[in-house]
Parts: sequence; structure tokens; C-alpha cells
Amino acid sequence: MMLYQSMKMAFKSILSSKIRAFLTMLGIIIGVSSVIALVAVGQGTTSQITESLSSLGTNQLTVNIMGRGATTSLTYEEALALNEIEGVDNVSPVISGNVTAKHGTENVSVSVEGITPAYEEVQDFHVQSGRFLLEMDTEYRQKVALIGSDTAEDLFGTDNPVGQKVQINGSSFKIVGLLESKGSTSVGSSDEKLLIPISTAERFLQSKGVRSITLTTTSNDNVDDVKTKLEASLTAKFSAAENAYSVFDSREMLETVNETSATLSLALGGIAGISLFVGGIGIMNIMIVSVNERTREIGIRKAIGAKKKNIMMQFMIESVVLSGTGGLIGVALGLGASWAVGNYTTLNVAPSWNMVLISFSFSLIIGVLFGMIPASKAARMRPIYALRNE
Amino acid sequence: MTAPEPLIRVEKMQHSYTMAGESMTVLKSLNFSINHGEFVAIIGPSGSGKSTLMNMLGCLDVANEGDYFLDGQEIRKLSDNRLAQIRNEKIGFIFQNFNLLPKLSAVENVELPLIYRGMSHRERREIARNALVRVGLASRMNHRPSELSGGQQQRVAIARALAGTPPILLADEPTGALDSKTGKEVLEMIKELNVQGHTIILITHDLEIAEQAKRVIRIQDGDLVEDRKVVPS
Repeated sequence: MMLYQSMKMAFKSILSSKIRAFLTMLGIIIGVSSVIALVAVGQGTTSQITESLSSLGTNQLTVNIMGRGATTSLTYEEALALNEIEGVDNVSPVISGNVTAKHGTENVSVSVEGITPAYEEVQDFHVQSGRFLLEMDTEYRQKVALIGSDTAEDLFGTDNPVGQKVQINGSSFKIVGLLESKGSTSVGSSDEKLLIPISTAERFLQSKGVRSITLTTTSNDNVDDVKTKLEASLTAKFSAAENAYSVFDSREMLETVNETSATLSLALGGIAGISLFVGGIGIMNIMIVSVNERTREIGIRKAIGAKKKNIMMQFMIESVVLSGTGGLIGVALGLGASWAVGNYTTLNVAPSWNMVLISFSFSLIIGVLFGMIPASKAARMRPIYALRNE
Repeated sequence: MTAPEPLIRVEKMQHSYTMAGESMTVLKSLNFSINHGEFVAIIGPSGSGKSTLMNMLGCLDVANEGDYFLDGQEIRKLSDNRLAQIRNEKIGFIFQNFNLLPKLSAVENVELPLIYRGMSHRERREIARNALVRVGLASRMNHRPSELSGGQQQRVAIARALAGTPPILLADEPTGALDSKTGKEVLEMIKELNVQGHTIILITHDLEIAEQAKRVIRIQDGDLVEDRKVVPS
């Protein structure tokens, strides 16, 4: 009953000075809306990266070779020999380069990767028509190629590329398969490339050899074990040189991403905390002004029987209504901003209802905390003093 | 048999302020009592201590020394919250400058003391409407104070004082802010309330107004210098 009356009074006094109320709430509005929008973008991006990482499976190891001195890479035979390490399931070495691909009058610059058949399983990348590369292709250095869906469209339009010829840096390759479309990720498009047998690539690209190898282990549990052995083997090869190679496992990458996003969340939380704190000071400031302006009202109310707690309650509610209204506007603005970012940019957004709830309750808590001092100032006022005040 | 306990009993009430290190005695050992149904005017020039006395009688402040019994209740020993409750239940204030809340309508202003009594909305709305009808403002219930004349505002204030049916109406210069014609009307209303049985204490500096009461207590320099019955003319 008292509560309802006090809330009505609070809304009345807020509505009677709209601009002042709005300016007071601005700190809270900015705080709440920025937290919601930023967290939505942050979590959207994180979940996108996490998703693409975990689709690779958690039993993957990626070796990048920087080399040392004259030895800057492995031959693909050396790379394949890593298969003999206990616990390794598949080895997919890659030799990569950039080429010009030509069909008829169409001409595109595209990246080419020399691969082994293991690539299909390791990268979970299949053909939608035709066939994948076979052992035989590698063995006989066949001039055959798989084509990414975007590149296929660039070169062949709507025609079926399978069975057609493509000129790669002037040499003729037969396209045996069209790769499925994977869409673009943060690391670039998977659909703009050509895949050829690694043995062909080694010659054709005049490459110094394999610089990137992806391995899968037989299970998720022996990743660390295999990693240690792999590192031992590579250390031997590069004469104990540090920085000659690096080994990542996908779990490690996931952890890195998660750590980064946790740090990001903490930073966002900090920013939010600061802006809400500043907003709270704004509310306290205006509440103190309000208490001073209404000294006479407080006196009247006390004279006719308002107890300390009634006065306290009235100003606390006003403060909480102010900050809560600010919080609600902030939530609406934050969700609106997330929606706009998701719709009009390429960023992924994932608005978090938890965050909405947390930031809104935070705004209420701010109202309680920062309303306390002005409200108790009002409640402690002596009625004769307050009545004398003009 | 002892006489029935008076509504108000003041014994050796003394009060002093310390101002700039100097002690100022405002009330000097006052003794008097007021019975149910009386109409008492407390009169004195400004600075006589009558405003302080009214604060004491209205439980807005507590005297340094002496005893004050209100409706059998010892006031000295009470907490702020208890004093607020006594003001709410025992005293109806009528102030010189009305002291209405400008953002509330007439009926909401009259409801105010009932809100602090924890009464339900419907019940207090009913009582407030009746009180406004009693002071002749049936057609002005939903007007804000700024939309009412001074006399009407004071009548709203009287309705507010009546709403809680307190045993005492404490009127502090109730006609001070009004022109003489409306002042007279308001005074007539107060007299009428006394006829209906309300105990009224009227604080004023105006002898002519004081003569309307049935008893006059004169305060000067913090002393009670005169306490006499008014002979109806």
C-alpha cells in the first residue's frame, strides 16, 4: 500500500522534471546499454571462433615450421614419416602457394594447396561432386585438382567444373572434384582455392617443402602425449633450435580463445562497473538536490505523522525508480544496438539474457546504494527545522 | 475521587537553546492544563516563546525539562518514531501557510495522515472525501492547491487535520495568511468545530482573534502571565 503510493509519487516527481530525470539516468543508460551491446558482440565473435575450432575436433595438432638455417621445411616424405609416432592417426601435410588459374578467358588469382588424401578426413572437407584426391594421384604426381566452390563459379560460371581442364600457371590440370562450400571464417574463405596432390605441388610450386602439417591422434586423450613425442622428433630434426617450429593443439587454441574472451568480459565488466558507478554518483547528486528542495515537504509529512522509515522509503523508491527506469531504457537501447550491429555489419552478435538480467539488477542495486545517503539525510531531518525551511 | 485526567498537562516545562555559545531560555517553567472540549487561545508577541510552546504541545520538539502529558501519555521519554505516531493520532495541525503538498490534489492531501496510519486506499479516500465535504469543498476534491484560493487551501488543511479524528486541533495563526473576510470564515469554522466537540488550541499574536476563544493563555518572555476565561460578549 505504502509502496504503491510511494512509487506513484516517485513517478510523478520524475515526470514533473523530465529533462533532469533523463540527464540523471543517462549514466545508467549508457552503462547498461554499452555492456549489453559489447557483450553481445564479444560473445557472438567468441562463439563463432569456438564453433569453427571445435568443428575441427579436439584431437588435432597443427605444426607450423619456420625452419632454421638451410633447413626451412620438411619434405613431404619426412612429414608423412611423422605418422610413425605412436598415437598418430592421420597426417596431413600441406604445401601452399599462390597461382593464376585460367579457363577460357576467365582468369583468377587463387591459393593452391598441395595435399594428401588424409586432408579430407583431417580437415573434414569433402567434395560435393566428382571424387577426392587419391593415393595414386600423389604417387604418380598426377596433374589433377579439386576446386573450391567460389573459384569454380569464377572460372566456370554455372557449368559443372568436374572433368574440365584448368590452366594453373600455364600447366593444364584436370578437375576431378568440386569441394563443398564451407563459407568464410575469420581466417579467410575456404571456398577460394585449388587442391592438388602434394607431390605435384612440391615440383610445380618449386616450393621448399612442407611448412604446415595437421595431425590427428587416435583419441582425444593422448593429444598431450603425442604432442610431446612430436616435439621431440621435430627438435631432433632441427638440431634443438628453438623457434624452428611450433605445435598447436586445437584444445590449446580453444583455451586461448576462451582466456581472451574471459579477459575481454572482465574488461567489459570493468567498464560497465565504472560507468554504472559514475551513473550512481549522478543519481546520488540529484537525490541530494531533491531532498534539499523538498525539505518543507519532508517537514509537513513528518508533522502529520510520517516516521523515519516512511521518509526513507519514499526517497529510496524514488532513487530506485530513477535508476531502474534508466536501466530499462539501457536494456532496450543495448538490445537495439546489438540487433543493429547483427543486421547491418558482418559481426556476429549473441545477446545474452543473463547479461540483460545482471546489468538491470545492477542498475537497481546502484539505485539502492546511492539513494541511501540522500534518503537517510531526509529521514533524519527534524520536523521543526524542516517546517521552518522556506 | 480525583478529577479526570486533563487532555493536556504541562508541568514545569522549561526549554532553552544554545546559540553561539550563549544559552537562551525560551520557556520558563510553565504550568497549565487543558481539558477535553476546551477552546484555548495562546497569545503572545513574537519572540515570546509561543511558537516554541506550540512545537512542544504538537510533539514536534521535546522540552529540555519538565513534564508534558498528552492524553495520559508522558511525552518526554518517547522515540522519534513514537512521537511521529502520536502526532499522527493525537494532533491535527493547521498551519499559517497551509503547508499543503503542491503536487497532490486536495483529496490526496487530506489522505496523507491516513496513509501513515496504514489505512487502505478505499477506506482513506472515503474518509478524506467526507472531511472535504465537511469543510464545504465537495466540488474541489481533485484540484491542486495552486488551483484553490487561500481560504479554500486553509479549509483543505482543516479537512486534513480532521481526517484522522485527533483529540486536539492545533492551529498556528490559521488566519495569518488570509484576508480579513476569509480569515473570519475560517475562524467561524474553527469555532463551529469546537461546538461539535473538538478541543482546539489556537496560537496567535492577535488579541481580537484570541477573544474568539473561550480561554486565553498569555505568554510573555517565556512566562505564563495570564490565564483567563473569556466572557462571551
